[in-house]
Amino acid sequence: MLRFLIRRTLGAVVILFLLSIVTFLLFFGMPRDPALMMCGKACTPANIENIHHVLGLDKSIPEQYWTFLHNIVLGSDAFTQGPCPAPCFGYSYNTNEAVWPTLMDRLPTTVSLTLGAACVFLLVGLGTGLLAAWKRGTLIDKTFTAGSMVISSMQIYFLGPLVLAVFVYQSHLFDKPAYNPFTADPVNWFSGLIIPWVVLSTIFAAQYTRMARSSMVEQLQEEHVRTARAKGMSRRYVFFRYAWRGSLIPIVTIFGIDLGSLLGGAVITEYTFGLPGLGQLAVQSVAFSDLPLLLGVMLFAATMILLFNIIVDTCYAFIDPRVRLA
Amino acid sequence: MKEEVVTKDEATVPAARGAAAEASGEPLLVVDKLVKHFPVKGGFPIRRTVGAVQAVDGIDLTVHVGESFGLVGESGCGKSTTGRLITRLLEPTSGKISYRGQDISHASRKQLAPIRSEIQMIFQDPYSSLNPRQTVGKIISGPMEINDINPAGGREKRVRELLEIVGLNPEHFNRFPHEFSGGQRQRIGVARALALEPKLIVADEPVSALDVSIQAQVVNLLQQVQKDLGIAFLFIAHDLAVVRHFSQRVAVMYLGKIIEVGDRDSIYARPRHPYTHALLSAVPEVNLDGDEEAQRERIRLAGDVPSPISPPSGCRFRTRCWKATEKCATEEPPLVRISGNGPGHLTACHFPEEPTTGARDEDIVLDPALAALEETEG
Amino acid sequence: MTTVTKEPGDSGAAGGDAFLSVRDLHVSFKTEDGIVRAVNGLSFDLQRGRTLGIVGESGSGKSVTNLTILGLHNPMFTTIDGEILLDGQELITARESELEKLRGNKAAMIFQDPLTALSPYYTVGRQIAEPFMKHTGASKKAAWERAVEMLGKVGIPHPKERAKDYPHQFSGGMRQRAMIAMALVCNPDLLIADEPTTALDVTVQAQILDLLKDLQQEFGSAIVFITHDLGVIADMADDIMVMYAGGAVERGTVDEVLRAPQHPYTWGLLNSMPRLGSDLGTPLTPIPGTPPSLLNPPSGCRFHPRCTYQGEVGGARCVDEPPLLPPGRGGACHLTAEQKQTIFIEQIKPRLR
Repeated sequence: MLRFLIRRTLGAVVILFLLSIVTFLLFFGMPRDPALMMCGKACTPANIENIHHVLGLDKSIPEQYWTFLHNIVLGSDAFTQGPCPAPCFGYSYNTNEAVWPTLMDRLPTTVSLTLGAACVFLLVGLGTGLLAAWKRGTLIDKTFTAGSMVISSMQIYFLGPLVLAVFVYQSHLFDKPAYNPFTADPVNWFSGLIIPWVVLSTIFAAQYTRMARSSMVEQLQEEHVRTARAKGMSRRYVFFRYAWRGSLIPIVTIFGIDLGSLLGGAVITEYTFGLPGLGQLAVQSVAFSDLPLLLGVMLFAATMILLFNIIVDTCYAFIDPRVRLA
Repeated sequence: MKEEVVTKDEATVPAARGAAAEASGEPLLVVDKLVKHFPVKGGFPIRRTVGAVQAVDGIDLTVHVGESFGLVGESGCGKSTTGRLITRLLEPTSGKISYRGQDISHASRKQLAPIRSEIQMIFQDPYSSLNPRQTVGKIISGPMEINDINPAGGREKRVRELLEIVGLNPEHFNRFPHEFSGGQRQRIGVARALALEPKLIVADEPVSALDVSIQAQVVNLLQQVQKDLGIAFLFIAHDLAVVRHFSQRVAVMYLGKIIEVGDRDSIYARPRHPYTHALLSAVPEVNLDGDEEAQRERIRLAGDVPSPISPPSGCRFRTRCWKATEKCATEEPPLVRISGNGPGHLTACHFPEEPTTGARDEDIVLDPALAALEETEG
Repeated sequence: MTTVTKEPGDSGAAGGDAFLSVRDLHVSFKTEDGIVRAVNGLSFDLQRGRTLGIVGESGSGKSVTNLTILGLHNPMFTTIDGEILLDGQELITARESELEKLRGNKAAMIFQDPLTALSPYYTVGRQIAEPFMKHTGASKKAAWERAVEMLGKVGIPHPKERAKDYPHQFSGGMRQRAMIAMALVCNPDLLIADEPTTALDVTVQAQILDLLKDLQQEFGSAIVFITHDLGVIADMADDIMVMYAGGAVERGTVDEVLRAPQHPYTWGLLNSMPRLGSDLGTPLTPIPGTPPSLLNPPSGCRFHPRCTYQGEVGGARCVDEPPLLPPGRGGACHLTAEQKQTIFIEQIKPRLR
């Protein structure tokens, strides 16, 4: 187990390393000079050169990359904006804010949005999926299956504005989406996020309904499930002890991927509801050719996905005794 | 479609064709100390090879021109791996495979190309071994296309001929595999193998996925093909009765080794290796006359075959053998002609059995549960 | 109608004291292609302590029949007609809760592939203990001890330790032993074994078959043994029922069916089966053609499209009129008893040398 975790962590570090190189190279492949944007209207070649120098863009790419890695691990005092402790991703070209604190600042919004929605869509999705599988072939099953099909084909940018228009702007039933820190005021935190949670989890829940149903139906046809019934175990016992266990594997897999990628920033949701999370930050960093911010967001999102990948693989071992982690 | 296949075998089989190319004694395929180890990965922090599945561990065998050579054994004995090595779907770890005197053990794709057409394979599963998106005609003419062979009269004519040979309706060359039953698909597999007029066919459990009545159709077809076209067979199967029916010489494998080899009568009527005895006595037989049953020996081994990752030292069968001694653990018995064996009958055992399969004074029951239950009954 | 050649009652469908009695069973499934008539008017009886071997090829309906006995079919797609009596209790109309009390308790099953038929997620001991707890109300501890005892009985070395293992840690033969332990844990009166040794190697198969026979002596269960292998059936069964395309075509004791078979399909099976003792000069005689689709089974005798002896019957009886299987010993064929005897002795038996 420990060996597995060490091996996988090492593997993840290698992937992050490669990813940062790719991002770095892509950035320099972009046909835009960040200095031009920072320089403003009255720009002279001397100004640009100066900005290049300040940003370190006049150094060779390997040199810049080395500095980047060095700063992440050890921090740096070389920035004009002030000291930058490890993990130092530098300062944003655009806002001049330190990248890491910015990320940490935005993180609670994304985490609140994601975890809140995840609780809802997991419970609702699995619940309806299991019910549909239990009642397979009945009207309930058909309704759920058809409904989940319709809903999962919708998109946030369609459903989001629709819900906003109906429930917020017209009927004023709910507050306008906003992020208020939980620590400051839990009630406000909740009421500001309820609409995004509902919209995000509706779409995800529909997918989990379908997945849970199909994976349960598949498991119920397994021979060992039939054996359990042949032993005289009740339908409920067989359903929840034998079939359920096996159907967890695909669910855990997808849930891990979903959670990881959502934690890296739910771009469209955050934009739709105007929530200042990591997703918005990512879009900004690309729009402004903000290399330090871009690298920071990218690596953070990648870390989340890799982390949840490892968690998922670890879960397999708990679900299925045949999986041996090594 | 179904009716048309019906009586092809009936008509052609019973006459044991005179044109059959008798085993001429000329070796076609010679396998020498063939070894295949599959690496086992493990270790920390970097994965590396920490062991090997000793699937095939030094076997010698010779298949002569036109003969059918049977390879029997239980799962994990390495018989299928041997087949795949000989057709060079796998590359041997060491040892030598010579086909008509040419060493093909490590031959490249290019070097193998001319030989590939002479050694063909028939697989066990008639469902997964045919491409479902190709018509039967395309499947059967595939080998001709790859090898750029243009028979007189065109490939389509040849396909029709082949379909006829294997007892299918030649008009069906435009159909897809799913339109055929299991037995018919296996016939398609045979037709494909015959397309290039091979000299050797490696048949890996060709009938074990088929129902009894269909199995006999395919066995008869293969027998007819072997006799009419003089093709040598390496017939790999776990069913001892089928192998006895089809093969003139038989080798018994256990955990990657050949433990006994000889002509059919020697192996089935005068076996010497305890494992061969156990294997034969384990086959459930329909007793059609009533009294012969009493004359068969009864040997019940204990447990299953050990893991080929760490096979027993010395004689590999010793852990399940009732005659094993210290010597069996330390010294591997060579595969030799032991006294009392007929010519060509080789046995790898320090303490061979009497050459008979008749009943013993006392049954050999090594299985502890059986022994206990029979003790209380008796 | 064929003449009954033996006194009814010593085998097959006549005994009033039958422990398991199936009457005119019809099973059909709805599929995308249409309705599959998997079992068609099947009747048989089984006495306590006896073994009935059901032999047939794939699609003959032998497995379906036995899933139906315990109500393990999928009720959504399956239609069942007829009567199944187990110890006097009617099972087709029985409520699910009653069937649950019976399954694993009075009647247990062993399946073909022990790797897929045992759950990978629970220990072997737990899987054996579960039905014991459920049916006897034993405590967890007592049930576990019983599981260990059963594992010992079926020949698992160190049962105390092995009970804590998962099925994947067992070898193929050991798994099938565990499955047998699981089936016998409540001392069932009826054991249904569906191809229990087909997935096993021959030396292991021999161990398992002998083990089943010995355990039957001890437990006194009646066994329904389903297989495609005539050799296995000859070894295991007291009585044989041969099934073809959803119906029984012949039944009798082992000796009767194997030494004096009365149905052309049974002849075909015997003639197409290679044996260790057969004469190598005699080629195998396969049954021509392939088994029929049950979506659209042949009219009359379902075997007639593959039958070589249709001409002997005369007229179109084989095509028009389904032959009846007499109660007790007999075969469902329009040939007269004399014809059957003559054909078997003159044409079939010589090829069985």
